[in-house]
This record gives sequence, structure tokens and C-alpha cells, in this order.
Amino acid sequence: MKQLFVFIRKEFYHVFRDRRTLLILFGLPLVQILLFGYALTSEVKNIDLVVTNVSNDVLGQRLTNQLRSSAFFNVQEQPLSPTQIESAFKKGQIKAALIIPAGFSADFTKARHATLQLLTDGSEPNISKTVLQYVNAIVQDFQRAQQPVTSISPVITPEVRLLYNEEGNGSINYVPGVLALILMIVCTALTSVAVVREKETGTMEILLVSPFKPVMVLVAKAIPFLILSLANFAFILLLAVYLLQVPIAGSLLLLFIITLLFIATSLSFGLLISNATNSQQVALLISMMGLMLPTIIFTGFIFPLENMPLPFRWISNLVPAKWYYAAVRSVMLKGLGLADVWKEMSVLCGMTIVLLSITVKRFKIRLA
Amino acid sequence: MVKPYSMKKNNLHTPPDAVPADTPIIAAHLSKSYNKGTVAALSDVSLEVKKGELFGLIGPDGAGKTTLFRILTTLLLADEGQAWVSGYDVVKNFKQIRRTVGYMPGKFSLYQDLTVQENLTFFATLFGTSVETHYELIKDIYDQIKPFSDRRAGKLSGGMKQKLALCCALIHKPAVLFLDEPTTGVDVVSRREFWEMLQQLKQQGITILVSTPYMEEAVRCDRIALIQNGRILHVDTPSRITGAFPVNLYAAKAASIYTLLKDLRSWNQVESCYAFGEWLHVTLRQDTGNGQALIREYAASRAHAQVVVQTIAPTIEDSFIRLATSNTLPYGSGH
Amino acid sequence: MDPVINHQLPSPATADAAIECRELSKKFGDFMAVDRISFHVQPGEIFGFLGANGAGKTTAMRMLCGLSYPSSGHATVAGFDVYREQEKIKQHIGYMSQKFSLYDDLTPLENIRFFGGVYGVAERVIKERSRELVQSLGLEKEANKLVGALPLGWKQKLAFAVALFHRPRIVFLDEPTGGVDPVTRRQFWDMIYEAAEKGVTIFVTTHYMDEAEYCDRVTIMVDGKIEALDTPVHLKHRFHCDNMDEVFYRLARTAQRSDA
Repeated sequence: MKQLFVFIRKEFYHVFRDRRTLLILFGLPLVQILLFGYALTSEVKNIDLVVTNVSNDVLGQRLTNQLRSSAFFNVQEQPLSPTQIESAFKKGQIKAALIIPAGFSADFTKARHATLQLLTDGSEPNISKTVLQYVNAIVQDFQRAQQPVTSISPVITPEVRLLYNEEGNGSINYVPGVLALILMIVCTALTSVAVVREKETGTMEILLVSPFKPVMVLVAKAIPFLILSLANFAFILLLAVYLLQVPIAGSLLLLFIITLLFIATSLSFGLLISNATNSQQVALLISMMGLMLPTIIFTGFIFPLENMPLPFRWISNLVPAKWYYAAVRSVMLKGLGLADVWKEMSVLCGMTIVLLSITVKRFKIRLA
Repeated sequence: MVKPYSMKKNNLHTPPDAVPADTPIIAAHLSKSYNKGTVAALSDVSLEVKKGELFGLIGPDGAGKTTLFRILTTLLLADEGQAWVSGYDVVKNFKQIRRTVGYMPGKFSLYQDLTVQENLTFFATLFGTSVETHYELIKDIYDQIKPFSDRRAGKLSGGMKQKLALCCALIHKPAVLFLDEPTTGVDVVSRREFWEMLQQLKQQGITILVSTPYMEEAVRCDRIALIQNGRILHVDTPSRITGAFPVNLYAAKAASIYTLLKDLRSWNQVESCYAFGEWLHVTLRQDTGNGQALIREYAASRAHAQVVVQTIAPTIEDSFIRLATSNTLPYGSGH
Repeated sequence: MDPVINHQLPSPATADAAIECRELSKKFGDFMAVDRISFHVQPGEIFGFLGANGAGKTTAMRMLCGLSYPSSGHATVAGFDVYREQEKIKQHIGYMSQKFSLYDDLTPLENIRFFGGVYGVAERVIKERSRELVQSLGLEKEANKLVGALPLGWKQKLAFAVALFHRPRIVFLDEPTGGVDPVTRRQFWDMIYEAAEKGVTIFVTTHYMDEAEYCDRVTIMVDGKIEALDTPVHLKHRFHCDNMDEVFYRLARTAQRSDA
């Protein structure tokens, strides 16, 4: 037991004396949170929206004002002709335009059927889609506001509403993604490199030719990185809550348990890699190409999974981070409970058991 | 040739205690190849190291020294043959062996980012002991690096790293010490100091198996095995190995040593001619005892100036070259 | 102890010296890695460069090979200035070290072609010379095997031949025979002698003291300074030693510093 303790202490010496490891451990989460939280957010704010109010009547003006008062749009009222609008789009001067046709008020109040024309730049589908959603939502609000409470609206309109993230806080989706990514780096990449380094420097030979149980080398390597990744988990959550104002909707305990499971999976992966390789370079390459890249591509936090071809979606099921990402989203953002994430948790559990048994079975008590 | 271990090989049920206790290291017909048998690292290697002996394994890089060390320290499995260390079978009883031996691998294998003190404490604990328990054993060596105990191992000089590595290998007072090329790449001064330390350890009763590519270090060992291309060329005391050199050996020099070398090699009387420092070491095909005169005459006939020829006692390197270059063992005696 | 300088040396102004060093120094911060070393190497000379670990051998060699700038002093290699004409120096020298010399995953012929190309040897000449070279080394059978599969001794011999391939005036050999078996080591030295006889200057470091005896002259560096420079015979005589091992030991044990 004392041996294990001394071994773990030694691992912490290694970590805290290596500036690069420290930077990966604590600099990377910070940078990623900031990047995804602010710079790379898909959330659309202050879109330039040209409003051409042909009607020039009361309701038309009211709608324009309501659009202007929302934080999403930067409304510029310009009386442009259809050809002018078209050329402005072509030149890329405007991304979105709303045309309020002549007789808008009359149509709305008398015919109870009014038309608006929204033009967006389809070459930027993300922005187009968002603009459409936002304008739709604002128009719905506007419609409700104009109708007397008593009157029954004959028109049943599809309601577009942003679920779970009504303020439109885009960084919220990235927090589970960053968590998955960072934990993967710490548990898989750093752990495998730490074991393989002993092989490279030749210290593994001395460790093996000692009474210390060989499998305990793996345990001694895993524990420090388990502790470090939990520290990381707390660090990222704190950044998320206090820096990005992302609330934690569900149970913190459940989130912790799910994370612990994912750490176990990633550690097993890291130990498996370290078993199979003899150089730090290869270990890092496998961790990066084999796990980090799929984590980025197949979890759905950057590229929506629904849009992927079927074979890719099958592959995504093999990526542990996908399940972790889904579970964390459910608990953290939607506030769901154990009943809704048991499936993801069992998948992670199963993956850990398989990986760990391969690792222990393949572990060599000798060289080569 | 008598195979001293053939009985053990045939009787696989020999219990470990049947292995003589005064022979801490026994290798019997060890063979090992790499890359699916294409590269033979060891072929039928047998040797015995007696208790308290300082035994040298002498051979160039790629001779199989490290492979033999790894098999004996339970790090590798041999393809064929058996071996015992401290009476334990290297395959079946590897756990007991790992408790009783000290091992210093060929490459500097300590934690460069840990201090001298931290390295020592770590290895002491790993072997289930403390720095204090057997401090007497390492005291003389450790005193030399003590002023740097707070320095990271990576910042030590080559000689000091070596001393620290030796301390770490000794910290649990091993019965058998394996040192794989401890003096390679180290300058002459540190090399001498290191051999003096080994002499002192021998006084403490520790059995030491040490490998080196430097032939001149052979004389510091009680007994040596010359090894090349995975085969043991010969095992004996250094003086008996050189004493068994089968022919007269002459040292010759002249004003132009390189021309003399070329001339002697082209002379059909010469069996071998190698440069040794400022001399050429020469053996003749038919030596009737007048070799000195013959060589002198020949050199003179080739217009060499300042010719000196002596009869000399061979060194280990002479013996090694002779053993390595002849297909049959020229040392008829012994086996 | 006074440095031992061979007074038979040509005067410093000799233009055709292969290597000429005057007060050459290299400072890292406050640390004098190389401390005002001066020597000349004549064309065709085998010049042994010895020193304990950390004595400054590698630093000095790097400056002479045009890999780093000296802090002060003067030096010319093959007639070119180490400050201003590093590229020309590199064209006229060959270099071989124990650690890196050839690519293990290329065949001998591919290695020769690559290094020949690097030094700008014409394609036709490469073909011609590589055929000769493979023949003289007896590598015909192995010419198309990967270098990594060759025994160490052959690798080193081939590496030396490659270092000489572009017919440099000087070759720098950094511990060329480390770990090589005694027979191959001597074959290697045969190649060195042969090259020196053709007029190539050899600048060599080694840990084998018997190899120091094969050199025409030997320098021994201690703590960045040249402590002795003379023929092996003179050095042994001067220090009353039987062999170079003793000479080296007597000089180097006074060293204050060692490598980091």
C-alpha cells in the first residue's frame, strides 16, 4: 500500500514538473471554454436585417419596431425596390431582408390573412435558418399582441420556439462537448503517454524487475489522472456556470456519476493504448487520431448527427464521447433524471468492462 | 565437448532447490531470436556465475548481452534453454527473482525530472525497504552525490547519473546485481571509478554480472565470458584466457605504421595482423620460434625504418579477435 | 600543468592548413564551454580529439563544422572562415557520428544516392561511385536490403564511406567506433588510414584509448581548454606513461566540471 502511495506521489511530481502537461490540464479547458463560449458560438446576434416597409401603415410600423427592439436584429429601414434588394444580396451587402407588402394592416385586420416576405442568403444556411426562426417567433408574438384577447384566432399556426435554451445561449451546447473532449485528453492521451514514457526511458524495466506487482503500475498510473480529471471536471463546470452563465438544470450528483463512468472508459482506453505501443509519439497519435477526432466529429456537438449518412451514425455509436455527451446534455441542460440516461450509462459501463478486460488480459509482465 | 547442463535439460522436473546454492546465476543452453526467428540474438548460451564473483560479459554491441540480461532478470522469455537466478527458475519463479536481484539497464533509467533524493526514496519504497535500512551498502557511493541530493537527476553529469543508478539498484541489498553496460559512453576517469566501486561491492559478498564492450575492462573481473553474435566464445578467468593463446604473439612497429600493416598483411607468412595502439600485433603461420627475426628481416626487405619487433603477452582483445575470427576453437584445452 | 604544444608545427599563417584555430571560444552565458583553443591540422593528418564528458569536444566540433558560431577567436576549415563561410565549409567537409549517420529505413544505395544528392554530386558520378563503393565494401548482396538490417560494424563502415562520398577535404568523425567489435573496429581504422593516405584530413573523437594511438597527433581537452597536444609517443614520454589511457587519466582526472 505504501508502495502504491509513493508511486502515485511520483506521478504527481511528473505532472507538476512538466509545464506542457500542466498547460494541457488547465490551460486547454480554459481556452476551449472561451473559444466555444464566445468566438465559435453558432448563436446569431445583431444580424443586419433590412426592412422594406412598402405598406408604410400602422401595423407595418409596429412590426418593424418590434423587430428592432429584439436583440437579435440590427434593423435598417430602407425603401428598396425588389431589383435593388436582389443586387444587394448578390453583392453580399445584406444577409436578410423583410418586405412588408402594401396594405399589410388592412389584410391583417380585415382579411385576417396577411403575407410577409422574408429573404435570406441561402449560402449561409445557419444564419438563414436562425433568422427564419427568430422572425417567425417575433411575428407570432406580434400576431398575438394585435389580436384582442377575446377573439378566437381562426388560424392555427405552427409555433416555432427554442426549447431548453430560451435565451438563445449558444455556449450551452458546447459545455458538454468541451467536457467530453478534455476528459478524453487527460484520461486517454496523458495516461497512455505517462505509461509509455516509462517504457521509453527504460524505467519500465526496473519497475518490472522489482517486487511491485506489474498490474499495479497501471493502477498507479490511472489514479493520479482520475484525480486530475475530476479536478478538471469541477474546473470546467465552474467556468461554465460563472463565466458562461450556463445553468446546471439536473442533479449534480448524477452528472458526477456519469462523468466518473466516462473517466473510467477513457482511462481504460488510455491504458489499452499504452499496452499496445512503445513510443510516446505513437501513443499520442493514436489518442489524437483514434479518439479525439471521432470525439469532435461524432458526438454531435459540432456537426449535427442527424445530418450524417447512416453508416457514420453507426460508427458514432462506437465513440464513448457520444454517449457521454448525450447523457450530460440530458442532465445538465434538460434537467432529466436517471430514468432518461440509464441507456447511455449502461453503454459506457459496458465499454469500460470490455476495454478493461482486454487491457488486463493483454498486460505484459515482461518486455516484448 | 562436454555439455555440463545436459542433465538438467533432460530432467525438466528438477525442483528449484536442486540448483546449487553457491551458483547464483546459471544459464543453460539459452537461445532467443527476434522477428519470427530471423534474427538470432542468443544461440545455445550456457554459463555459471559463482557466489560472490564479479563476472564480466565482454562483447561488442549486438552480441546478445542485453538479451541475456533480460532473460536472467525475468524480463524476456527464452525460446529454448533454462536459467536460474538465486536458485529460482527465471520463468516459473520470476516473482522471487524480482525480489532478490538488482538491475541497472543499459540506458540511464531513472526519472530525470525527480531529484536524486526522490529517485532513491522511490526505488527504496518500490522494493519494500527504506533508504536507511541498507544505507551502509551505498554509503560510500552515495556520499559522492549527496551534495546534489536536491538536484534533478536529469541535471547530473554522466558519472554522477551512473552512481545514482547504482545506488538505486543496490538500495534493497540484492543478492545478485546485474549491470548492463554501465560504462558505455562514459569517459575513462568515471569508468575507473566505477570499477573501483564494483570491487568494493564484491567485498560485501554481492554477486555481480556486468557487461561491457570495452575489452580492457575484462581484467577487472574474476571471470569473463567473451560473447559475439549470440554465442559464447569462451568462459574463464582473464589470465587463463590470455594464457591459453595458442601461438606466439609479436608486436611490431616502424616509422610508417600503416605501410608496415599493409606489407605484413600481404606477406604469406603472416596469419593475422591487427593494429593495437602504436603497435601491430602479428601471428605467423608456421612459427618455429624465430618469428621476431623473421618479421624484422621482412620489414627490412621492405625498406622500413625504425623497425622494432617484440614477443608479447596477448591481451583479452587479442584473444577475443582470435576466437571471433577462427571457425574452430583454437583453445583445445579445458573442454 | 602547462599545455604541451608541439613546436614542430607550421607557423599560424600557413594557408594550406586543413583546420586552423586561434583562441577559439564559445560562451554559454557565463559558462566557457570552449576556452581559447588554438591548433592547426595539416592536410592528410589523423587528428585525435579527446576529452572527458563535458570537456567541450562537441561544442568545439560544432563550431568547426559550421553548425554554430564561435563567441570569439578565429578559425578556418578547409580555408573557409567559420563566421562568414559556413555554407562553403559544409560543402567541403564530411561528417559522421555514432548516433546518426544513415537512414535505417533506406537501402545502402538509397542512402548513398540521397547524401550524394544533398552534396550536389552529379547523378552520373553518383552511379559510378556507388557501384565502386558497394564493391569495395563487399556489400553487393546487401545493396538492396534496408540499412537497419545490417550489422552495426557494416553500418559504420558504410556511413564512413558515405561521409567521404562527395570527396571532402576533411572528415569529422564523432565516436565512429562506439560499441563496434574489435575486428570491425580495426577494419574501420584501415579505412581511415586509407583515406588519410589519399590526403583526406581526419578529425576524430573516441572513447577507445588504443585508437588515440592510431592518430598522428592527439589533443586532450579538459574543462574547455586544450591541456595537451602532441603525437602519442611524445605525450607518453612527457607524462611517463606506458599508454594513452594513462596519459588521458592523468590529465582528465583534474577536471572540475562534467557534462550536464
